Amino acid sequence: MPLSPAEVQRIARLARIELSEAELAQALIQLNGIFDLIAEMQAVDTEGTEPMSHAQDLVLRLRPDGVAQADQRAEFQAIAPAVENGLYLVPKVIE
Amino acid sequence: MHNATLAELSQALRAHRVSSVELTRLFLERAQRLNGALNAFITLDPERSLAQAAAADRRIAAGQAGALTGIPIAHKDIFCCKGWLTSCGSRMLSNFVAPYDAHVVERLHQAGLVTLGKTNMDEFAMGSSTETSFYGPARNPWDSAAVPGGSSGGSACAVAARLAPAATGTDTGGSIRQPAAHCGISGLKPTYGLVSRYGMVAFASSLDQGGPMAKSAADLAWLLGAMAGFDARDSTSLERPAQDYARELEAPLKGRRIGLPKEYFGAGLETDVRRAVEAAVDQYRALGCEVVDISLPNTRLCIPVYYVLAPAEASSNLARYDGVRYGFRAPEYADLEEMYVKTRAQGFGAEVKRRILVGTYVLSHGYYDAYYLKAQKVRRLIAQDFARAFERCDLILGPTAPSVAFDLGAKSDDPVQMYLSDIYTVSVNLAGLPGLSIPCGFGAGGRPVGLQMVGNYFQEARMLNAAHQYQLATDWHVRMPPGVE
Repeated sequence: MPLSPAEVQRIARLARIELSEAELAQALIQLNGIFDLIAEMQAVDTEGTEPMSHAQDLVLRLRPDGVAQADQRAEFQAIAPAVENGLYLVPKVIE
Repeated sequence: MHNATLAELSQALRAHRVSSVELTRLFLERAQRLNGALNAFITLDPERSLAQAAAADRRIAAGQAGALTGIPIAHKDIFCCKGWLTSCGSRMLSNFVAPYDAHVVERLHQAGLVTLGKTNMDEFAMGSSTETSFYGPARNPWDSAAVPGGSSGGSACAVAARLAPAATGTDTGGSIRQPAAHCGISGLKPTYGLVSRYGMVAFASSLDQGGPMAKSAADLAWLLGAMAGFDARDSTSLERPAQDYARELEAPLKGRRIGLPKEYFGAGLETDVRRAVEAAVDQYRALGCEVVDISLPNTRLCIPVYYVLAPAEASSNLARYDGVRYGFRAPEYADLEEMYVKTRAQGFGAEVKRRILVGTYVLSHGYYDAYYLKAQKVRRLIAQDFARAFERCDLILGPTAPSVAFDLGAKSDDPVQMYLSDIYTVSVNLAGLPGLSIPCGFGAGGRPVGLQMVGNYFQEARMLNAAHQYQLATDWHVRMPPGVE
């Protein structure tokens, strides 16, 4: 079932990526090509198969609830696009 | 000197026949001279490299040197190196100077290796040709009309052209093995979890694994020991005792059972590659191995499964690039929403956007079960194929890629064709197994052919042993690209 332009537009909106008309048209063709490739997997019988989310069966570790890292705020803020008084600046969202 | 093995460099440094500063200067000079044509490096910073080399020389003088102290190494630009531009081949991180070291970089630095520079790569490691790099494609040193493979194409190119004695790479679907094959070098993707992902820019977290790229299997063994190790900051890092991966290099191969998956020798495999790989299998027979036919029946499903799971994980991982805390921000926008969508539209290249869109779709409401969950179930079937195969053999051999390196531009407009070049490598990542590629001859146009070897979990030492024994009996790995003396 091929994707429609409206669906591609919706995905782009969810992914927060602006697409021009030309990019949308190209994305439509290429995504449909990719989903044709993916379709082959649908015919496989996976009844009773456990999904495999990771290569190893791991149990997430816990660590003591203590300070684990030194303060690096200044270093991290030094590479931010816009900061003021220790805060990251973005366009106003509440008037 | 630029063609020496790591063991030879180590001896020369310890015997004071050469200093780390001299060695680093030699490789920097080569890199600066040849990078214009090859585009293997995104960043060279001689001052920083030479300061590290001088520190290594002081360690050697003080008798505090390890085996690798003073040897230069190039890092794929996906690894955070404190104070170095870490672009991941993307405009999105084209201004990102890492404020910390990746665990791998930290470990190699502790071992005394010198950072020689940051190598070119496909944007966010998404590609098989290094053509999606924001910094332009790297070239194949064997033929400038050919791609070096990808995504760790810059690292493979640098090692092949002897601009660096060794390099780091990362492999999500073949990104160490395929460029190693295309550039005629050796590369290893370890068992998932052996090498920490901390400070390695995330692409698909359940598949990403760092590993070494070098001229020989023996060099890989030395490097893996320095790179691998538990790291609490990576939730999937494995707690395993340290080991010497070179310990079995000299063991004879007599009686070792080698499995040949029939699916890896079927339609789609180019004749020149088949011929070189079959000759390599004959060499293993001559070394005393027993060859058995095996089957990995779900091989054809690897690409569909990979191109659901990897984009899904990527779309989630790359959601962090919003122009707020670091990296690129679009210059013009009216409000917050527009800042996000324009930053991501301008900061990401076409292939990255394509994968984010695919990933967003397969994770979206109503499609999750049909795509993502389905792919995870088929992933298990693929892993089970390998488990069954390893009941009948110790190692699996086959081609690394279906053809020799293709021409620049040949597949860049056709994502599906590009994806199919990963056909023999992605299954290894899906199963989490270790895989390596070593040179085994030349095909069309004099371009190198890679032999892929897959082992069972944690069998790196035995795989490196098998690769090393092959390299003792053959000389493909010491051949150099034309013009590289």
